Amino acid sequence: MTTYGILYIGLALILVLGSAFPLGAYMARLFEGKIRLLAPVETGIYRICGIDPARQMGWASYAIALLMLSVVHFGLLYAILRLQYYLPFNPQHIAGMAPMLAFNTAASFTTNTNWQAYAPESMISNGAQMFGLVVHMFISAAAGIAVAAALMRAFVSGGLKTLGNVYVDIVRITLYLLLPVALVAAVVLLIAGIPMTFDAFPTVHTLAGGTQTIGRGPLALQEAIKELGTNGGGFFNANSSHPFENPNALTNLFEIWLLLVIGFALPIAFGHMVGRKREGIALFAAMALILGLAMVGDYAAEAANNPILVHAGVMAKPGNMVGKEMRFGIAQSTTFNTAATGTSTGAVNSVTDSYTPLGGLIPMFLMQLDEVAPGGVGSGLYGMVLFALLAVFVAGLMVGRTPEYLGKKVQSREIKLAMLAVLIQTMFILAGAGFSLLTKSGLGSLDNAGPHGLTEMLYGWTSATENNGSAFAGLSANTPLLDYGLGLAMLFGRFAVLIPVLAIAGSLALKPKLPQSTGTFPTDGPLFVGLLIGVIIILGGLQFMPADTLGPLAEHYLMLAGKTF
Amino acid sequence: MLREIRPALSLVLLFTLILGVALPAAFTGLAQAVFPFQANGSLLERNGQIIGSALIGQNFAGPTWFTPRPSALSGTDAKGKTIATPYDASESGGSSSGPTNAGMFGNVKSRIAAYLKAYGPGPVPDDAVTTSGSGLDPDISLENALRQAPAIAIARKLPPATVTALVNRLAAHRLLGVIGTDHVNVLKLNLALSRMSAP
Repeated sequence: MTTYGILYIGLALILVLGSAFPLGAYMARLFEGKIRLLAPVETGIYRICGIDPARQMGWASYAIALLMLSVVHFGLLYAILRLQYYLPFNPQHIAGMAPMLAFNTAASFTTNTNWQAYAPESMISNGAQMFGLVVHMFISAAAGIAVAAALMRAFVSGGLKTLGNVYVDIVRITLYLLLPVALVAAVVLLIAGIPMTFDAFPTVHTLAGGTQTIGRGPLALQEAIKELGTNGGGFFNANSSHPFENPNALTNLFEIWLLLVIGFALPIAFGHMVGRKREGIALFAAMALILGLAMVGDYAAEAANNPILVHAGVMAKPGNMVGKEMRFGIAQSTTFNTAATGTSTGAVNSVTDSYTPLGGLIPMFLMQLDEVAPGGVGSGLYGMVLFALLAVFVAGLMVGRTPEYLGKKVQSREIKLAMLAVLIQTMFILAGAGFSLLTKSGLGSLDNAGPHGLTEMLYGWTSATENNGSAFAGLSANTPLLDYGLGLAMLFGRFAVLIPVLAIAGSLALKPKLPQSTGTFPTDGPLFVGLLIGVIIILGGLQFMPADTLGPLAEHYLMLAGKTF
Repeated sequence: MLREIRPALSLVLLFTLILGVALPAAFTGLAQAVFPFQANGSLLERNGQIIGSALIGQNFAGPTWFTPRPSALSGTDAKGKTIATPYDASESGGSSSGPTNAGMFGNVKSRIAAYLKAYGPGPVPDDAVTTSGSGLDPDISLENALRQAPAIAIARKLPPATVTALVNRLAAHRLLGVIGTDHVNVLKLNLALSRMSAP
């Protein structure tokens, strides 16, 4: 470890955390319907789509409309992928996607996961990237934020029967948040060297006398929303380690900022919405503490290098460079990958599969904590509120009082739903990875032997279920078992959390808002932040300890002993 | 449930038209008009012929060129056999070998031996013998380039100080001491080298 690495992590966090405050204040105004700069455009959209913006939806209608939107969009993407050969913008003449891979990919982008079982350069056309994937990157991100906004409204006052209008929320979040920021970011990334062209791959005569065909396409815009919406679907197989997706250290820092900023602005917006800013800051602090520790830990693991490599004769410094890009080195690679797994961004700027065992464990553990540090756009905030409800419940049990959160009584219905959301993800991850490893097909997908193979499979199911999308890239995921299995895991990981969250929002909204009394457990101080982090680690993380011990931890000690497979 | 079909369907189609077709088309037009160099992939020309991209690494081998990092990319030949295709930029990716992968260590050991043979005894920079994340890494570390410089000077019959000075002139440094790394773009380095002397 060097001082500059720690300084870099500090710099990245300061840039993100500092800008989260003004952005959060702006987003609160947006959720309250006070931002109406483009009112005529909005009205036009509502008229064309037959949307009544004045309609208020209860939690069930909100959930049904969101599901319907997802079903329709899933179907459209599936069709686009199957038919891409016949659609425009296909200069490389790429064939239609096979049914199982198209199912997996459609599930992946509908759920904001962006798991990529395909190699983009040879398996997806420019057109399918643009009007298939990029549109999902906007809508799935907006949908996640909309659910978070609906949940926030449940805490604002008492006796509310409705949570807002999902269509209006999605349109406004897209128009006033995602689109403007993505456009500015796309211009910055374009100037920094990210291509934006519809032309085919050029073949050039290289300096040494060979030829080289250079993949390119309309990716500057995709890159911007890919990070901002915590999507992560790369235009290229190598994702943000590809020089065209991430040309230099400044774009790397900018991409880290983009993928974290909305996640950290959401708790601030929450504080503004409920009229108690400190409540938002408490959630924000828990997120920042977990992420900051993970970033430092991951950097330390990779900077320590692999003793077997050092023994073979390479310089110990700067650290483990396998799978990393020279322009990023160690700290800027680990910071990107931990930021991406702390959110639900499936982007990577280095190969996590080639990280040291502990360096790979930390990103996986961040996902296993149900991605709340700060989590995907929207999903991170509502995941964090679920943990906050569980934390006040645990505190209530200790002192024998009915727990309250922000003036709302937390009762058995809310706790049951919150536990359902947490447990369903754990079940998919552990049962899915365990089952896959019992099958011949699953074992055939592994690229590495020994405990690392177990980690590859566990990481894959964790990433899909938690809707992250990053991968231990050695896992060959385009098999019937994993295409369908992980596809289902992504759908359940998204909707089996999102629907309970909306149900909780509906039930909390109805309850009266109780005034604070001296007996109220304060949820805006360091005591609560500590309790919250404890609950996240115990409930989110502890269930994975046995699996994580057999995979990365076992491999760590074997690596120290010089064992290879 | 059925009342949501019309708004859902029309919203998805409308967004697809606006965000998926009109927006990328307009943005590409603008990008091509204002920043054509970047928009087309930062392509470099020499004598009116495109020789590569400033951002994408190329494969160089032999004693007269600076050697880039190993690339893990592979493809299939005409007979369907898997062959190494280093720096084939129509694809991208790393090796995905784990930290206890015996095959990876075998590769690294033979690369270390080759490196020491080519550039003489001394430290072996990590980046010189490990594959990158993209398989297209355009850069090598400054240490690595400076280690290679004397041998290249001999092969090209140039004074060693000239080649070392060239490396230092083209090197990029860590910004403000925090952002980035000390590295050199191999294509730009070799391009400058080829202007100094024919290989």
